[in-house]
Amino acid sequence: MTLQQIIDRRLSGKNKSIGNRERFLRRYRDQIREAVRRAVDKRGIRDMERGEEVHIPKRDLNEPVFSHGDGGTREVVRPGNTEHIKGDRVPKPQGGGQGGGGSQASDSGEGEDDFVFHLSKEEFMQVFFEDLALPNLARTTLAETPEYKTVRAGYVTDGTPTNLHVVRSMRGALGRRIALGMEKRRELHELEARLETLRLEDATKPDVKALLAETEARIVLLRQRIAAIPFLDPIDLRFRNRVKVPQPTTRAVMFCLMDVSGSMDESRKDLAKRFFILLYLFLTKHYEKIDVVFIRHHTQAQEVDEQNFFHATETGGTVVSSALVLMEEIIRARYPASEWNIYGAQASDGDNWHHDSGRCRELLADKILPLCRYYAYVQVAEAEQNLWEEYARLAEETPHFAMRKAVEVSQIYPVFRDLFKKEGVSA
Amino acid sequence: MSTIENRRVVSAGSTEAEYGGRRSKAPLLRMKPLERRPEQPLPSPSDWTFELIEQYHDVIRKTAERYGLDTYANQLEVITAEQMMDAYASVGMPVNYRHWSYGKEFIATERNYKRGQMGLAYEIVINSDPCIAYLMEENTLAMQALVIAHACYGHNSFFKNNYLFRMWTDASSIIDYLVYAKNYVADCEQRYGLDTVEATLDSCHALMNHGVDRYRRPAKLSLAQEQAMRKEREAYAQQQVNDMWRTLPRRQEDEAKAEEKRRFPDEPQENLLYFIEKNAPLLEPWQREIVRIVRKIAQYFYPQRQTQVMNEGWATFWHHRLLNTMYDDGYLSDGMMIEWLKSHTNVVSQPSLAQINPYALGFAMYTDLKRICEAPTPEDREWFPGIAGSDWLPTLDHAMRNFKDESFIAQYLSPKLMRDFRFFSILDDERQSEYEISAIHDEAGYQHVRQALSRQYDLSTREPNIQVWNVNLRGDRSLTLRHTQHLDRPLHDEAQEVLKHVARLWGFGVQLESVNARGDVTRRWSVPAPQH
Repeated sequence: MTLQQIIDRRLSGKNKSIGNRERFLRRYRDQIREAVRRAVDKRGIRDMERGEEVHIPKRDLNEPVFSHGDGGTREVVRPGNTEHIKGDRVPKPQGGGQGGGGSQASDSGEGEDDFVFHLSKEEFMQVFFEDLALPNLARTTLAETPEYKTVRAGYVTDGTPTNLHVVRSMRGALGRRIALGMEKRRELHELEARLETLRLEDATKPDVKALLAETEARIVLLRQRIAAIPFLDPIDLRFRNRVKVPQPTTRAVMFCLMDVSGSMDESRKDLAKRFFILLYLFLTKHYEKIDVVFIRHHTQAQEVDEQNFFHATETGGTVVSSALVLMEEIIRARYPASEWNIYGAQASDGDNWHHDSGRCRELLADKILPLCRYYAYVQVAEAEQNLWEEYARLAEETPHFAMRKAVEVSQIYPVFRDLFKKEGVSA
Repeated sequence: MSTIENRRVVSAGSTEAEYGGRRSKAPLLRMKPLERRPEQPLPSPSDWTFELIEQYHDVIRKTAERYGLDTYANQLEVITAEQMMDAYASVGMPVNYRHWSYGKEFIATERNYKRGQMGLAYEIVINSDPCIAYLMEENTLAMQALVIAHACYGHNSFFKNNYLFRMWTDASSIIDYLVYAKNYVADCEQRYGLDTVEATLDSCHALMNHGVDRYRRPAKLSLAQEQAMRKEREAYAQQQVNDMWRTLPRRQEDEAKAEEKRRFPDEPQENLLYFIEKNAPLLEPWQREIVRIVRKIAQYFYPQRQTQVMNEGWATFWHHRLLNTMYDDGYLSDGMMIEWLKSHTNVVSQPSLAQINPYALGFAMYTDLKRICEAPTPEDREWFPGIAGSDWLPTLDHAMRNFKDESFIAQYLSPKLMRDFRFFSILDDERQSEYEISAIHDEAGYQHVRQALSRQYDLSTREPNIQVWNVNLRGDRSLTLRHTQHLDRPLHDEAQEVLKHVARLWGFGVQLESVNARGDVTRRWSVPAPQH
């Protein structure tokens, strides 16, 4: 009678709420940025690409409406009276703003609980990049999943004709034909054998004659049946299956060098950390396996784990070359340049024992830079000292050496500009 | 014990006049007979398929027709849990304009759902023509049957026939309107920026509950009618002319004073958004349109807010009735019955002392009404002389059509039900240090409890009564709102925040004053004009 229909909506309109979510994130950008900043501080640099829980105080999210407050006279009806009669008096609960379970007051009470939600990996990275003032090109380079290679992955029953695997399909068809015709063929053989014996007997006897005719008729029928089994059926078809497998180039090692002398305070270290993170993120997009080596130095250099790298403080003078020497030793010992792509990232406040700076330049130019794919130096302080000057000379003549001053997070990206630019063009 | 009040005759009349000629056909007096018993019950695997849903729907539809349920056409849509949350977040509508608060809602819903703190509602049904009902993919076949009976025949017939819905909603155009609203808001975002549009929407949302008409506005008179009326008035004035009045000296001051006292608007107005849309001096045309959109949507949901108990009760009553009938007819297997009855029991459970579950109360009331018709006790005959012993189908039909929660409870809550629920009313007076139990479910208390419960569902007591009082037309154009306190209940402190939103829309300063029953102003709020 009436128009009645069932519509399958399951595949349509997924993520309809995404626009609303974007607006929500936009509105609470400041809180979210703060949460991301805190998360970056807490996390290891290899642990950047995942989401994060964000807490926002509920009162910030409140949408006010006119409603009744506590007070006045109200009457509430509740079910389940077992003990009271008219005129009973019940003490009011102390302190709770909830007048006998009043209607609206209870909803907007003192609940200072946080509204918690999960920032997805993409959203987290988005905010992180925004903080670093990363241009779009670099963002897409980072967000891009590695190159894919299609590899064979067995056979499937469904696919495009171009992927049809003839041998497999025919083998299947053959099997099916054998299986389907088995019974009939066996019977046929039996009948043929019987026909042979019958032929030897006297064909004039009526019962033999009848049997002969019957057998022959049956044989004809069976032959027809066998012939009717389709040669090739859609269920026989097999198609080559190919799946995409991410194909990062190969392996890389990243050296993080940082000055931990007394002048590097927490905020400078934090800046340095972001600098390392950015390089690490870049590398993860291009290499399958990445080793990270942390070298900290004051007058002596030392290889440490990440925790000690960022959080232990030491005091003393500064000899930068000690770190470079150690780096070179480690390369020689563990990371032969023929097998590893070597990246160096150095952060310092530019303070160095003045006789040492020249040696640093020489070390880099002669020993380290020839082995490296890219070497980036960031100075997290304003003052230009002799290390800066020496490095500046180096930067002029070496294209894969980059240096920059950064006193704010947004100034870090330019250090890698060339690196990203190159990749952006080739991609 | 019987007072005049509870002797009001409730008739189940089926005269043409009672329905105002609005209904298409009279309700059935009694159920139509089953054509033919099925040879075997419908198949009942746990997983649903489209064919099975089709089969069940067919039988449910036929059963509903035998009861004479009058519905819009049905459109069933199968959706995933995520889509259900989408629908949840945008106030249950399949399309809506974009706003951050829906995003917040979605996040909260998703979080609760994933943590298992909350099951999703097993149905959402939209008051549209055709009536759209969502079936969630995860539901079992028994649940789908339950949802179809509940949403497609229960809610659907309620939407089509309840007087509030007939008066305030236009089911055939709502989806189109929402599509328009979505596009319009998106367009505004493009033109005027996300922030401005968001601010305007925020302000409108703050006033949404005070943006509905509670009564129909009188229809605009045609020019001819207006002229005729004017002529009539003039003729009447002519008749009344008495030359003696003309000779009296005029008192000039009085007139000047009267002029000064004249307020704008002449009468207080309760629809704040309407007033703002029509009168706010500084709103851009697109902002007025957004105010209008929010107002229209608020108006569309206004009947739903007033008929929670009735609507859910009606739908629950009918899924129960329809599925039981199908079982009696031999369509449903025992396993199916057990499964949906389990959900049904959860839905109508009423924990003691907790908030009243509208499903439980509504279901109990319709069931009780049926009982009063079929097997009245002497008590019922005294309380409901008009309906005790009458045919139940027309009686329920009448009850569904012509009431809202407040009047439905005031009219039909029976003493037996109050005893069953063990209702009691608690009086919370600010000036007393203790709560007082003002009435319980006994002879002396039935009237009181019933009235108190009825008031509890009255939107006008649930929400503060705030009206546009005055606009300072000759001065700083500030707007004055007036809150008339009911039973001395004060406004929540959030009012200050809401006023900021009002000021944003109005464009000039806004004051709000709370006035108690004696006419004294108890509290004032004010917000200066926003920066332009």
